[in-house]
Amino acid sequence: MKIIQRLATGLALTLCLAQSAAAITVGFSQVGSESGWRTSFSESVKAEAKRRGIELKFSDAQQKQENQIKAVRSFIAQGVDAIMIAPVVETGWKPVLREAKRARIPVVILDRNVDSKNPSLFVTRIASDFVEEGRRAADWLMQKTDGNCNILELQGTVGATAAIDRMKGFNEVIGKYPNAKIVRSQTGEFTRTKGKEVMEAMLKAEDGGKNICALWAHNDEMALGGIQAIKEAGLKPGKDILVVSVDGVPDYFKAMADGDANATVELNPHLGAPAFDVIQRYLDGDHNIDKLITTTGGLYTQATAAEEYAKRAAK
Amino acid sequence: MSNLQSAALPEQPVSPAGLRGKLPSLSGRYLWPLLGLFCLLAINLVLTPEFFHIEFNDGRFYGSLIDVLNRSAPVALLAIGMTLVIATGGIDLSVGATMAIAGAVCANLVVSGVDSVFVLLVAGLVAGLVAGAVNGGLVSILGIQPIVATLILMVAGRGIAQLINAGQIVTFQHAGFAFLGTGDFLGLPFPVVLVLIVFAAVQLLMRKTALGLFVESVGCNAGASHYLGINARAVKMLVYCIAGLCAALAGMISAADIQGSDANNAGLWLELDAILAVVIGGASLMGGRFSLVLSLVGVLVIQCLSTTIIMSGLPPKFNLLIKALVVIFVLLLQSPRFQAQMAALFKRVKKQPGRAA
Repeated sequence: MKIIQRLATGLALTLCLAQSAAAITVGFSQVGSESGWRTSFSESVKAEAKRRGIELKFSDAQQKQENQIKAVRSFIAQGVDAIMIAPVVETGWKPVLREAKRARIPVVILDRNVDSKNPSLFVTRIASDFVEEGRRAADWLMQKTDGNCNILELQGTVGATAAIDRMKGFNEVIGKYPNAKIVRSQTGEFTRTKGKEVMEAMLKAEDGGKNICALWAHNDEMALGGIQAIKEAGLKPGKDILVVSVDGVPDYFKAMADGDANATVELNPHLGAPAFDVIQRYLDGDHNIDKLITTTGGLYTQATAAEEYAKRAAK
Repeated sequence: MSNLQSAALPEQPVSPAGLRGKLPSLSGRYLWPLLGLFCLLAINLVLTPEFFHIEFNDGRFYGSLIDVLNRSAPVALLAIGMTLVIATGGIDLSVGATMAIAGAVCANLVVSGVDSVFVLLVAGLVAGLVAGAVNGGLVSILGIQPIVATLILMVAGRGIAQLINAGQIVTFQHAGFAFLGTGDFLGLPFPVVLVLIVFAAVQLLMRKTALGLFVESVGCNAGASHYLGINARAVKMLVYCIAGLCAALAGMISAADIQGSDANNAGLWLELDAILAVVIGGASLMGGRFSLVLSLVGVLVIQCLSTTIIMSGLPPKFNLLIKALVVIFVLLLQSPRFQAQMAALFKRVKKQPGRAA
């Protein structure tokens, strides 16, 4: 037993020495790799760490919070300089955040929120502003149609923050236009299959979609399913029915380049750079940091779709 | 109302002799699931008459009813396999994951340049067969409980599909393969035609050979069947393999439909819809008697319901609640005890005004 302890201390010491010699070490607990967006997010963090010479300890939790908590505990045990968490769910983070605080390791939350009454448990949260995404999509659509539009909406998973907030932002804007309204709204559960199925049925319920001017989808995957349904109903997506959505996945840029889709608000996956900026500031002694830093991607249209697709597909 | 059911239920009031015999017991089995389906259609007739609107456009039928058939194809295929598995007293939770694997295999083959639809079909089906054989092996040879044995592949299968796809949604362009999901044949969507072919094949295999009897016998009592000389292991192995093949076909249809393979979401929870369809069709989870036709009626009830909810324009947060209520209603309709109680209630209501007068 004693020998093991000694060995462990020795190992820890060597590790500490090795670390102090190199630049800072950051542990990053990622949800998993469930979507193309998530993968770009992970890649952006890895690339940014490499560029800055930061040693990144990356842990993929495979959609399980217990794995994330384990990962954070191991980061604390390894004595990293900072921890980044992209939480899978909002609840249940208090104990492990407290452990990190006790070890004086700053924690930065990325993307989804953590449900904590005590703001001293983490430095800041860096996330996209879903409400603003909804607003931008609606602004574009209202400009394009002069505020006259019957809209079909494909909602995200019922209860998901992204779905609730995007709906809120979108409705806020179209509320100002009396001739614009959402005639039907159903959940497509953020997937292409469901998006197609729901769009198919909504078009039939609306007399084949003759009086429908636009499809507003809470993410690109559903919009892509919806586009197929519009085509199969004998209409031209992008012309007869405008398509606007959020995310900016490569396939959607291709659809825009082909004229099947009209616009998307990019959900910015490049959270790595702002996260490392904040960590650097904090480690340099600047503790006066906002609790929420939002990043909202730009709106992309058919005009730049082809070159954007070339850029994104190459990656 | 209990006349048709009573032949199978001795404790109920005896029905007129004319209605008893072979036919009533059979139609009693068919009556209640079909009644559930007709109730749903009737609700649609009132709420959204356009539900029944069918046009003939560009050589194919077009309308909500056709959509119901088309959208129910993957679950219908799963339910055909599931019916057999459940008839042997087993259950297969892995069919949704098997769908994802087959879809991933085909999508990646297309992307890597395989052009022959035949090769793609065979590759997908082989993937399904392997999955089915793994389940069958665990259940029949190692004797693991079916729910546990297939749970393994339910979890691992999705992981395998994600590995094949390298964690991405793999999309492809291939007109021949896409035909599986979006093509049409004799005016009907091709998935519906596939379901009919598979149904006919399995029905013939089960009812025109002794195999169906073996399956039911193994489901009723595997031990007794063994002593009667039925190779219970082989029968179980076979039904899991058929379930795997059906799931693979369903997976290929869904992948072809959206021209992409999404390992996380393809076939997600569809195994539960398939089990539900079999149960709505009146099969017992303990095994024994089965009817493929009734399972397909169950599938139609589920899909008709989903389409009805979308067409009705209700807020999506009610979707699951409504689904649950309708399922309870359909299952209650089939419960002999509920039928007896309702019959008794009706009698009392009828009698009371008579007494007062």
